[in-house]
Amino acid sequence: MDHGHDTTNKRTELPMARSMCWHCQSEVTGEYYCGQCVKVQPLSKEMDYFTCLGLPRLLAIDTASLEAKYYDLSRAFHPDFFQRKTDTEQQISLGNSALLNTAYHTLKDPIQRAEYLLKLEAGSAKDIRNSPPADLFEEILELQEDLEAFRSASSARDANETAQHRTKLLADRGHLDQRQQAMDTKLAGLFTKWDTIQSRAPQPDALRPQKDDVLKEMRELLSNRTYLCSILGDLVATLEGGYADRRH
Amino acid sequence: MRIVGIDLGTTNSLIAYMDGKTPRVIAGRGGRAMVPSVVAMTDNGLIVGDPAKEHLVRNPARTVYSVKRFMGKGLADVADELKYFPYTLSEQGGVIRIKVGEKTYSPPQISAMILKELKQRAEAVLHEDISKAVITVPAYFNDSQRQATKDAGMIAGLDVVRIINEPTAASLAYGLQQRTQGTIAVYDLGGGTFDISILKLKDGIFEVLSTNGNTHLGGDDFDHVLAEVILKDVRAKHGLSLEKYDEAMQAVRLEAERTKIRLSDEQTATAVIELPDATGTYRKDFSRDQLEALTVELVERTLGPCRQALKDAGLQPSDIHEVVLVGGSTRMPLVRRRVQELFGKAPHSELNPDEVVALGAAVQAGILSGDTQDMLLLDVTPLSMGIETMGGVMSTLVRRNTTIPSSAKEMFTTYVDGQTGVDIHILQGERELVKDNRSLARFRLKMPPLPAGVPRIEVTFLIDANGILNVTARDMRTSQSQSIEVKPSYGLSDEEVEQMIGDSFKFAAEDITARKLIEARLDGGALIAATEKSLTQGGHLIAVDEIAAIRAALAALAAARDGPRPHG
Repeated sequence: MDHGHDTTNKRTELPMARSMCWHCQSEVTGEYYCGQCVKVQPLSKEMDYFTCLGLPRLLAIDTASLEAKYYDLSRAFHPDFFQRKTDTEQQISLGNSALLNTAYHTLKDPIQRAEYLLKLEAGSAKDIRNSPPADLFEEILELQEDLEAFRSASSARDANETAQHRTKLLADRGHLDQRQQAMDTKLAGLFTKWDTIQSRAPQPDALRPQKDDVLKEMRELLSNRTYLCSILGDLVATLEGGYADRRH
Repeated sequence: MRIVGIDLGTTNSLIAYMDGKTPRVIAGRGGRAMVPSVVAMTDNGLIVGDPAKEHLVRNPARTVYSVKRFMGKGLADVADELKYFPYTLSEQGGVIRIKVGEKTYSPPQISAMILKELKQRAEAVLHEDISKAVITVPAYFNDSQRQATKDAGMIAGLDVVRIINEPTAASLAYGLQQRTQGTIAVYDLGGGTFDISILKLKDGIFEVLSTNGNTHLGGDDFDHVLAEVILKDVRAKHGLSLEKYDEAMQAVRLEAERTKIRLSDEQTATAVIELPDATGTYRKDFSRDQLEALTVELVERTLGPCRQALKDAGLQPSDIHEVVLVGGSTRMPLVRRRVQELFGKAPHSELNPDEVVALGAAVQAGILSGDTQDMLLLDVTPLSMGIETMGGVMSTLVRRNTTIPSSAKEMFTTYVDGQTGVDIHILQGERELVKDNRSLARFRLKMPPLPAGVPRIEVTFLIDANGILNVTARDMRTSQSQSIEVKPSYGLSDEEVEQMIGDSFKFAAEDITARKLIEARLDGGALIAATEKSLTQGGHLIAVDEIAAIRAALAALAAARDGPRPHG
């Protein structure tokens, strides 16, 4: 997974909120701490999550080194270590930690990572689908009929019918699980495609048409995947008789 | 400045400190570290802990116990468990009020009395003023319950520098001791609450992956199940409804607890209760099997949260390297068995399950005072937080199990020309509908009177390292920050807390006198016992008239000890 980029702790490469230390007004060129007065500096509110964790804008991430970097930065920013400092420093520590936590957890999860990249590169994460994508249409339609039959059988307390439709739903679930796996494989391919182009041309404007093509494909796929996941979530909830988990 | 660690428990509370690199609990005069979380308002003043526990049966209407179950709650939240509480409860401003004698107290005020007792205990042993503390709360405590705990600290004259979760505190003490690396599950069944936390321990970082629990499930509930059996049996055998007798109800509750505890070590135990109105003595034998059959459903209720926590962490039971037991209720063999079955491995209990939370709080206190940077706790928020949107639906801003500190931003605008404000309702919980979640607070966002949609106010919801929500707002057009008055749904207002701090100082002098009297009585008792012992062992060595003089002095001391409270 590691693309050979340097993820070690370079404390000089981060853009900060200002170029001047909030405390002693001496020049700060991207360190976490002012070189003069050693006060913690606020991370820029506009800083993106990749930059925050010192990573290039690639989708393949070595989770072990991501975690190491996160732990390292947590030790630098966590409010526990600013308890005896001034109010301003405590506020900065709180803000930096909150940003760091969100950045880490977004990048750690491949789906959230891809959605975040879309937001950065193309303005928005994904479209919310209200109808099934074309290639899933038939299956979803069939599933809905099966769900309906299962629900009416179980509300009529017909044990035999219920069991029969349950078996059908379990088969549907198997098919949809396979569909999701296929999507994940395709997504992994798009990740590699993006990383190849991006590594070749890290400047935002370079190879823009190619980048936009990958992003477009990725957005489509993520929207379909989200749709599928929510259908699957409802299906599992119906089978287990509980309320649906609100995740995704 | 020293920071102490406090475990403010439902049944017992403890205080601990860092002695160099070792956390230690502070024992009281009797050598016991646990202070029963019981407060009695006697004619001789306020008493806390072991002596107060004696008043539970003698003076139930003026003795408050398990107050933690009321923290951050409204009356409706506790309606179904009032049977055993002999004091009168009411509600004011969304906060439960407890009527004891002529006075009325909020739960944070009662908790503050326990905190003060602990504080004084630490001051006596450490010979310094204690003004800063880390206080632990159940991981599954919501924002209101955390805030109430912080208020209790303030009323007790303590700066609560951090609220930390009990299972995570335990993991700090455990990790320090065992030098564990890997994924651990902390199963914490206390007197009133249950928590499960799953953590990853690596190179001194304690990262909580998920947490779950039930703030209304603990040892008290096991006691109540046994007590129900006794009450029913007494009614059948003696035609006596003990519900009418406050004293007898407390006796039954305490005897149920004692029987339960004995059954952790023995196969059988007998509950003995003196019945009121000279009806006689009631006895009932219980076997461990019986207790387990009666309480198996309660233990099962802890397993659902365990499975959910595993699921949220994306783990299987086999991924857990070690299971750590915390809380006195984990001494029950049934609990140990079921936990072992779920995780497929024998749980650890090397550290005293009663003390490990306080020890962990002291470790965290050490980290906060800058003594060590080796360890760092990364905890999560147990419940999702969000705001009410159109149609009574909750829109989640910070999902449960998000690492804290965490923040979310939301932009607000107006729908009508010249609209001057927007009402915002903050919620906590996992359900879709507002009505199924917990109301945390409300506030009104001021809007500049402009055409609809023009104002842009950015609100930042920040959950700090205590798991407590802070709200700030900024007008994006002017970059001016806006002060917000957040009105808690179930909490004391700032003014009320101020008032209570004032009251607490006012009564402090009175309390000190009462306290000195209790200590003098205890010292007197100890002196009498020691002298009696010496007389028995070596009485033959001294002259008869000397013995007579000693006996006279002993009698005078005993009379003074048992006498009324002196005036002035």
